Order: sequence, then structure tokens, then C-alpha cells
Amino acid sequence: MTGNRNFIIDVLLKLHIAACVIFIFAPILGSFVFSLNSDRFPSLPLGQFSTEWYRLIWEDPFVWTGFYNTVIVGFVVAVIATLLGFGGAYTDFRYNFFGKNIYLALALLPPTIPVVIMGLAMLAFLSRVNLSGSTISVIIAHGVMCSPFAMAIIRLRLSQMDPDLEAAAWNLGGNEWATLRHVIIPFTKPAILAALFITMAVSFDEFAVAWFVSGLNETLPVKILGFLQGQVSPRINAIGSLAFVSSITLIILAQILLRNSSKEKS
Amino acid sequence: MNIHTDMKSDAIVKLDGVVKKFGEFTAVERADFEIGRGEFLAIMGSSGCGKTTTLRMLAGLEDPTEGDIWLDGERVNGKATWDRDTPMVWQSLALFPFLTVQENVEFSLRMRGISKSERTERARKWLDKMQILEFADRNISQLSGGQRQRVALARALVTEPKILLLDEPLSALDAHLKVRMQAVLSNLQKDLGITFVYVTHSMSEAFAMADRVVIMSRGRIEQIGTPQEIYHAPRNRFVAEFLGSANIFSGRLAGTSGDDWLIDTDHGRFAVSALHAPAKSPGDAVTFIVSAENMRISPEGSGVPGIRARVVGEEFVGATAIVFLETESGEELKVQKSHGELASVDLHPGSTLILHWESETCHVLPGE
Repeated sequence: MTGNRNFIIDVLLKLHIAACVIFIFAPILGSFVFSLNSDRFPSLPLGQFSTEWYRLIWEDPFVWTGFYNTVIVGFVVAVIATLLGFGGAYTDFRYNFFGKNIYLALALLPPTIPVVIMGLAMLAFLSRVNLSGSTISVIIAHGVMCSPFAMAIIRLRLSQMDPDLEAAAWNLGGNEWATLRHVIIPFTKPAILAALFITMAVSFDEFAVAWFVSGLNETLPVKILGFLQGQVSPRINAIGSLAFVSSITLIILAQILLRNSSKEKS
Repeated sequence: MNIHTDMKSDAIVKLDGVVKKFGEFTAVERADFEIGRGEFLAIMGSSGCGKTTTLRMLAGLEDPTEGDIWLDGERVNGKATWDRDTPMVWQSLALFPFLTVQENVEFSLRMRGISKSERTERARKWLDKMQILEFADRNISQLSGGQRQRVALARALVTEPKILLLDEPLSALDAHLKVRMQAVLSNLQKDLGITFVYVTHSMSEAFAMADRVVIMSRGRIEQIGTPQEIYHAPRNRFVAEFLGSANIFSGRLAGTSGDDWLIDTDHGRFAVSALHAPAKSPGDAVTFIVSAENMRISPEGSGVPGIRARVVGEEFVGATAIVFLETESGEELKVQKSHGELASVDLHPGSTLILHWESETCHVLPGE
């Protein structure tokens, strides 16, 4: 292969990738560097190394409630969205019915709707059914937004399954429930876990819809906006770095699971 | 209706006017046959002929649109596959990749709620019988093709069913392994004395193993018989063409000569043995075959009456060769002879030969 490669194209492509990575990660890296800087304002040259800003957010009860809300919402949303996503993906795998394409399009639609419209619509709907302004409302809204991700991940895994596998299990004496439990779920397990991590990460990071529907029960991203509006504080950098680390951890875990599971498929 | 009086006492399966439609498409047009206890039955045909659908109906994975299926004296229409004991060996093998070899074999016992200790014992017995006990704790991905085949067999047989369904299980194996697995299957079926229903598109597999063969095409059963019967006396043109070893001639009945019929074809008048032929009157269309190995060759100019044909090519098949020829009207003929017999004739492409045969080696197709 290498013999056919053009040296100049090769170098240009590598530079291009490097530029993309720098473009994406430089702000995040910058935020991380300034979160450990003693200066009040993010400017060069850097001041002293300091964990002061982390200490401040550690001691801030507002950050803790935001974090607590985020985690609760994240966990519950991950479970609900993965359940819904599994149901949607399995329906697609197992059944053929009239209007299936419409069903699939609708099921996978939510992430394509602009979040502001989604947030407004959610707020309008949830306040009408008296569910707005609470943690439940964020859970409902995030559940809607995250299920398609779970469904897409699990659907991909099911598409790697030998379609005879399920029928083979029936043929060997397992009824539909037993087969679901002993064949479908074990086979899709890596994707189910990956879906849990990804949906949790999506919920962790989601700001706009949560801002519309959360009321007083703000999640961490909404809290961050509050901080920014009030004062410019390097604490933002510290919170941002922590939020980034938790999201990227979840996503990397999901990637590892998915990669291993597609490798083991013989 | 009492099925026992209705059914041959040695039949374990009976298909009674079975039709299967998928929407507008008729997968199985009308299947009426019985499968004997302890019989090795092959269902053969090209893809889309309805053979797999027939097998899946026996397994309970499809329900017949019309007609009844009787399994061991019980009408099983509508009975779910998990309530039957009709295990299947799949073309893809469909082994569970997330389970070990032993867990795969234990699967159907586990579904039947059999205790862990009994499961282990029975699974290990079958792994031993299939000579793969040493791989019991391995993953499926660590096994070779032949070993996986044995796992699939052990998994299907662990419940000691009366009937085993096999859907082209050897199609993924290389030729050498295929022949070995054929022997394994054949011996296994004789040892166990259970019924095997074996679906394949390969004539060599079907004829090598089966007691009886069902030939299907486009949802219809074209012929049922022993491999000998089918090979020597195909019922119609489809079967003769499917077997591929026969030269097919069409003509009209001109009269009789002793026990033989005289048939006028494009190539002249031939005497044909009418042993298996149906009743026909002069003028009726008749199709007969002469198998490639019954064809005789004489050099041009030898004065022997027969069909003049030009050599097109030659193919070696072990100790014999098949010579492909073409008549003046463009019809393709073939002759299969040992190399010794062919040594005396000029087989260069383009050279002309005379083909002829004995009237008693002809077979009139009764279904045409």
C-alpha cells in the first residue's frame, strides 16, 4: 500500500487532521489550562499554578445541587432512553409492517429538531400537563432527545446478528420471551451498555432544552450559563473541565464496548 | 379421522395437500408426501424452489397456508416451533456466539428447564459422541468450520429428537471436508435410527446420503424416489435437465416395433424401449433420454447409423471424460466414457463423430 502513496498528499492529509483536532480541542485545552491558573482573567503570560477555582466550586452548594440534578437526570434518562431505544430497535429488527419507514423516521427524528424549538415545544406541552419546572420535566425532555441515540446504537448491533439466531433459539425450545432474554439481550449487551453511556453523556451536556423546562431544578450546564451571566469567574473553566472529562469518559467507554463487540463477531 | 389408519404405520411425517403462500407468491404449490421413520430423505432443488420453506414448515417456523402437516401422529398446524421437538441444523449454523461450545449444546435443555447437572451430563455425552469434547469450554469463534458443524449437530441432537432437519448444513465447507461430513452424517443417521430431512441444492450430497430424494422446482414436487430410480428413470424434462447427465430428445410416436416404440425426431427415426412409458397413441409427442454414459461414439464414415455431431470440447472427470458435441441443428449432446474408450476416436474440437445407442438404454419420460 505505502508504495502507491503520494508523499505530498500524505503530509497534507495528516496536517489537515492535525488542524481539525487542534481546532476542536484547543478551546477545551485552553479552558483546562486556565482552570489551573491563579489569575483572575484568562490572559497570557500565565500566573501561578493553582487549584483555587476547583476548591471554590467544591465548596459552592449551587454547583453541588446542579451536579446532583445532572447526575439524577443522567442516570434516569439513560435507563429510560435505552429501554425505549431497545424497544424501537428490536421492533425494527423483528417486524415488517405497513408504514415502517414512517415509524423509523419519526423514531429517529428528535435529534434533527433545532433544540430551541424542541425546548419551547417541550415547555409548552409540559406546562400544559403541569409537569414543567421540575426534575421530571428535564427527564422527559431528555428521554425524548436521547432515545434515538440508544435506538441507533442497538439497531446497529442487531444488524450484525445472524438473522437465523433468533429462529434457532425458538427452534431449540425457547419461546419468544426466553429467546429475548437468553439470545437477543446477551447478543446486544455491549450495545445496550454503550447506549447507557452515550445517552447519559448526551443528557449531561444538554443545555438548551434543560434551560427551557428545568425551572428551579437547574442542571449543571444551565448553572454554568447562570455563572457566565452574573460574573466572569475562572470557576467556569474548572466546571467546564470536569464536565468535559465526565462526558468524554462515558463516550470512550461506549466506543470501547462497541469496538470489542464488533470484533468478537466472527 | 384416525390418523393411524390413514398413515403408513412407518411414517413419522405426512404432508397432506400443503400449500404455502407469501402474499401473492406461492412458495410451495402442493406438497403431498410421507417421510418414513428412520428414513434419510433429501429435498433437492435450486434456490427458490420451496425446499427450505417445506423444511421450515416441518420445523414450525412457517405455517402452511393450506393443507395439514402430521408429525408423529399429531396434526401440528399452528403449533409453535418451541413446542415441537424438530431441531434444525442451519445453513449458517446459527451457533450462539456469546456462549461456549458446551453452553450452546445445553441451550435446548436449558429452555426445557432441565437441571444444571443433567444438562452438563447430556451435553458432554453428545460432545463426546461428536468428538469435540475437548473444545467444550471454547468460544465458537475459536473453532474450525468442521468443528462448528459438529457443535451444531450436537446442539440439535441433545434432546434426542425423533427427527432432525438439516438446511444445507455442508454448503460452507470445502470439498474435502464436505465428503467427510457426509460420511459423519450418514453414519450418525444409521446409528441413531432417527429420521433426517436434508435440504440441499447439491445432487452429489443428496444422492450420496439419502434413502429417498424429493426434487422440487418452483414450489412443485417434480419427482420423489430413490436416487437409483431418479437417476435411471427421471419423470420429466426438468428432472432430466437438473441431473444434467442425460441427452434429451423430443419427437412423435410413429409406431411400435416389438416392445420398442419408433419415434420420429429431428435427427431421424429411433427405436426406444417403452418399458416405463405411459400409454400414448401414434402422433403423440414423446420425450426420451439417453444418459451420457450410454452414448456410443463411432468415427465418421464408419457407416453406423446415428446422429452426426461436431466435438466442441472435453472435460476430465476423474477416470472418465465428458465430451461435449453439437449437432448440425445446434443441439448440445454429451458423452461420458473412460479415457481408454475415448483413445480410439479423434476428439479434436471440430472433428465430426457419429453418436448412437442401444434402444434398451433409452428412457421415455413419463411426465412429458
